[in-house]
Amino acid sequence: MVNLTIDGIKVTVAKGTTIMQAAANVGIIIPKLCFLKNINEINACKVCVVEIQGQNRVVTACTTPVEEGMVVFTNSPKARETRRTNVELILSQHDCVCATCIRCGTCALQKVATDLGIYEIPYKQEIVDEPWDRSFPLIRDSKKCIKCMRCVQVCDKIQGLKIWDIINTGSRTTIGVSDNKDIRTSDCSLCGQCIIHCPTGALYARTDNPALFKALADPSKVTVCQIAPAVRAAWAEAFNLPEELATEGRLVACLKRIGFDYVFDTNFAADVTIWEEASELIERLGKPSAHKWPMFTSCCPGWVSFVSFRYPEFKDNLSTTKSPQQIFGAIAKSYFAKQIGVEAKDMFSVSVMPCVSKKRECAQPGMRSSGTQDVDMVLTTRALIRLMRSEHINPMLLAEQPFDSPLGSSTGAAVIFGVTGGVMEAALRTAYKTVLGEEAPDDAFTSVRGLEGRKEATFQLGDVTLKTCTVSTLRKAAELLEEIKAGKAHFDFVEVMTCPGGCINGGGQPFHESEAYAQVRSNKLYRLDANRKIRQSHNNPEVQELYRDFLERPLSHLAEELLHSDHTNDGNYAK
Amino acid sequence: MSRLIIETPDQAQLTVERLYKDLERHIIASPPGLCPVDLQLSFLKVCHAQTCGKCVPCRIGLSQLQNLLEDVLEGRANLGTIDLIQKLATDISNSADCAIGFEAANMVLKGLEGFREDYVYHIEHGKCSMHQHHSIPCVALCPAQVDIPGYIALVGAGRYADAVKLIRKDNPFPTACALVCEHPCEARCRRSMIDAPINIRGLKRMAVDQAPSNTVPSPEKQPSTGKRVAIIGGGPSGMTCAYYLELMGHHAVIFEEKAKLGGMLRYGIPSYRFPRERLQEDIDTILATGVEVNLNSRIGNGEGEISFAKLRRDFDAVYIAIGAHTDKKIGIEGENSKNVMSAVEMLRAIGEENIPDFTGKRVVVVGGGNVAMDCARSAIRMGAEYVGIAYRRRQEDMTALPEEIEGAMQEGCELIALNAPHRIEADENGNACALWVEPQIIGPIDNMGRAKPIRKKIDLQRVPCDIIVVAIGQGIELRPFEEAGIGVKRGTISALSSSELVNNEGVFAGGDCVTGPATVIRAIAAGKVASANIDEYLGYHHIMTCDVEIPNPSIDDKKPCGRVQLAFEEAHKRKDSFLPIECGMTEQEACQEAGRCLRCDKFGFSAVRGGRTLKW
Repeated sequence: MVNLTIDGIKVTVAKGTTIMQAAANVGIIIPKLCFLKNINEINACKVCVVEIQGQNRVVTACTTPVEEGMVVFTNSPKARETRRTNVELILSQHDCVCATCIRCGTCALQKVATDLGIYEIPYKQEIVDEPWDRSFPLIRDSKKCIKCMRCVQVCDKIQGLKIWDIINTGSRTTIGVSDNKDIRTSDCSLCGQCIIHCPTGALYARTDNPALFKALADPSKVTVCQIAPAVRAAWAEAFNLPEELATEGRLVACLKRIGFDYVFDTNFAADVTIWEEASELIERLGKPSAHKWPMFTSCCPGWVSFVSFRYPEFKDNLSTTKSPQQIFGAIAKSYFAKQIGVEAKDMFSVSVMPCVSKKRECAQPGMRSSGTQDVDMVLTTRALIRLMRSEHINPMLLAEQPFDSPLGSSTGAAVIFGVTGGVMEAALRTAYKTVLGEEAPDDAFTSVRGLEGRKEATFQLGDVTLKTCTVSTLRKAAELLEEIKAGKAHFDFVEVMTCPGGCINGGGQPFHESEAYAQVRSNKLYRLDANRKIRQSHNNPEVQELYRDFLERPLSHLAEELLHSDHTNDGNYAK
Repeated sequence: MSRLIIETPDQAQLTVERLYKDLERHIIASPPGLCPVDLQLSFLKVCHAQTCGKCVPCRIGLSQLQNLLEDVLEGRANLGTIDLIQKLATDISNSADCAIGFEAANMVLKGLEGFREDYVYHIEHGKCSMHQHHSIPCVALCPAQVDIPGYIALVGAGRYADAVKLIRKDNPFPTACALVCEHPCEARCRRSMIDAPINIRGLKRMAVDQAPSNTVPSPEKQPSTGKRVAIIGGGPSGMTCAYYLELMGHHAVIFEEKAKLGGMLRYGIPSYRFPRERLQEDIDTILATGVEVNLNSRIGNGEGEISFAKLRRDFDAVYIAIGAHTDKKIGIEGENSKNVMSAVEMLRAIGEENIPDFTGKRVVVVGGGNVAMDCARSAIRMGAEYVGIAYRRRQEDMTALPEEIEGAMQEGCELIALNAPHRIEADENGNACALWVEPQIIGPIDNMGRAKPIRKKIDLQRVPCDIIVVAIGQGIELRPFEEAGIGVKRGTISALSSSELVNNEGVFAGGDCVTGPATVIRAIAAGKVASANIDEYLGYHHIMTCDVEIPNPSIDDKKPCGRVQLAFEEAHKRKDSFLPIECGMTEQEACQEAGRCLRCDKFGFSAVRGGRTLKW
């Protein structure tokens, strides 16, 4: 243990602890901008500088380990002035138009600057405006970039993709797409991790809200909305709603207030996904030599695009079942449209997703099985929050409302799709029933839970031994693919989610500087699962009805046409 | 009113003088990989600040050149801008009154010639083609990429054996490099920006003095692969390759022409610089990995020689590292006289402990490189009464390290600079008795920035002597390899940067026989590169690592502090024997010197990209 004094308070911490952590232990929160634990520890912004007694120069609290007897001042005149100057310098190259910035209120730079009370910048404003294709779902605004390098490190260290790079040298050093490529021709998975780790408005998802208002106001359009599982775990954070008010029913009420004709649940489609995907797995297991192994889940468009761009040799390993978003879109514009007597072209289908990659997925050529684009528009969780704000909705004051029927009912299996291991567990519940004819015990598959990047488990379903692997992040996925290629890893069924911990941490979710939110959101989804009356996809009565009245059975001709996609020939993610 | 006054610089002038020095040091420590156009613009700004403002081309022209360069950097230029820059710089160069103007313009013209493609890239892509790759200057400049900040920190913490282990991850000759490395790592040390570069070699020497390399075990070997690699040449390059191949689990078999291992470390460097027992410490550690050695084994087609074809047949791969051991002739009259010897011959005899006696002789060494200094200083130790070093250019043009020239002079060698060898005079018995030299004056500077000597219009001079040592470079004995179908280019073996040979699968080459006579660290680097690529060629991918953890950097203020220099024995004591002349650091000195390291592995760009390379 190491003893030191911070702002006059005696602190004892473990060796190797940073000054910033030691200070936090006694309630002193030192401001920071570039630091991201284990990802970006580069002493770049120099906002967290503190003074050490006996030293002339200040040090960064984020990376400097404590030393025995150290006397630290986090707010001495020197520390304060240096910190302030560095923030002023950052602001001199940042387009400070906060009122019209998408990050107004969630911007870390804005918070640091206002906390420090900086109202004037004594330096010349030097704003660099670089061109960017604003029709792409990921937008970089060079005017806001503070070169903290978080995006570069996040893409490299979390995803291993290296889409971003440091370009130019000297005073012209900046961030750009690596190899001086265009973002469209890069292998970007659109995971959006760079967005949720960006401290400012330099990176954001394309905002589609204006087009939505047009559709909502068009009397000839029937508007339907679906809500992804992970959205319900996070939407209320922005309103500081207490847990008991942050319900699915209140979220439905908000969307009704916004004006959607029908508010449905992506979870319904997740249950359908399980019917199809579990059947596909069992069919493949019946003819093992006819298929490539392992079978990969295909719910996550970041992952599917990654396979297409970097590992096309694994395309046939992907389940052909579409993602819940696209299954929902296809069923809404066929089955449901028929029920209410509306043509597909007169239906406007919107999804609310924790994801940026879904914006690209819905526009792929293979996602038009209704004859029109099955999902017309994707809103991120953040866009939904902005929408609620712009419609001056106070969720606290709204009474809960149920999802509409028939695409609104769902099981516990579907709700856990939003967290790593969830798709696996949901599929196993149904596979167990299919193979053994009885329901699996409630806790049969809990070993696939947990937010770690990779979990392996083996399950015995009667005669079938199923070796499974659950992976989140593309870095971990690439490691696994390399092992499979080298013959070092053997699995039957592999679930991959691009974002660390799954969709709860998706690139479309609300911003937080703390990593602790992943666990909170995960807990919420598992609690919803535990409290659902029905917890297995195959027991969803409305899905049973869908198959009885429309699809006949999983993998039927119609199901294949609407709900499956042949990744090799569908033309999706072509460059 | 005083008619004249004595000028004394005021405070501002004195400060500016100090700032000039600061800037010089800043430029010396410039990191590699910077945008050359951006630098060109910055240089231009400095030059423009020097203008007196009188003439148009300098006052306005340099300003407009800056604007045009700004246009290139800011994406406002087209390809025609380059032509305009060229034209404007040429016109300034042709019409500026003084060097401030025309030399500034000439720098721009040189840049256009040297990195025109970078201008074009900026114009076509709106960004720079350069990337900041090498973030640790010392490591970037070390051919073997040794983890220098790592071992400096370990030496500073008194963990000498760990330092040796860490060095050995990239270089199995820690002792050799501690004693004789030319330390290119120090050239751009960022510490220069504060005061002076870290004495890196001195700190390495501290490590091997406190923890001799043969007392620090090498890492455990990987399981045997059953593959066998022949290595031709038991010098630093061949032995480095053998060491890593053994650690990877392959079996290395060295074929050495001479009676002992070490190559130029033994047969080229005299023992007062590198004592043989210290060389043995490195050799012992390398051999302990299981390397098999065949001494007195020559490759060739003659009697008692092993044919290259047989080696190729008997082994899974071959590494050629034969060095550069043949001598070069000056090509002057009388060169074949008795008592005219080459540096290679002389140093080899010393290496074989068959030291000639020069007692009372007058010796003239021809040449200005490190080898010439080695010969001259050895001659002093062999009892010569007089040793002169004849060189056709000036002392400052000599390629030998300044400390070597200084050491030779302290020991009593005389420089006969600006005198080109003309002919050798022999006596009636055919023994050389004098070197006739052509006096020179220094003349114009060539494209490489080197001043050329011109004949001085006075008579030839006679330098009477008994022995002449020719030290003007070494060649490579290529014949047996050429005959075996190995490609040769300009007197060296033609190998790729991966050390592979084109059209000779499974054959690799590196070290002096590929580069021409160079430094020990470049030979070691070639051996390391070859071992990795031989491993891949054999179908493996063994990773070399070192599990030593290094201490965290200190957060102390970086106050300017002098560089610790290694001391030498006094000249009058050292010049009579081949005993080692250089003294190591004390713990106090090493600790202070290691503490000067700025730890570029942790600070600066390394914190984002790069940092230490933990494996290869």
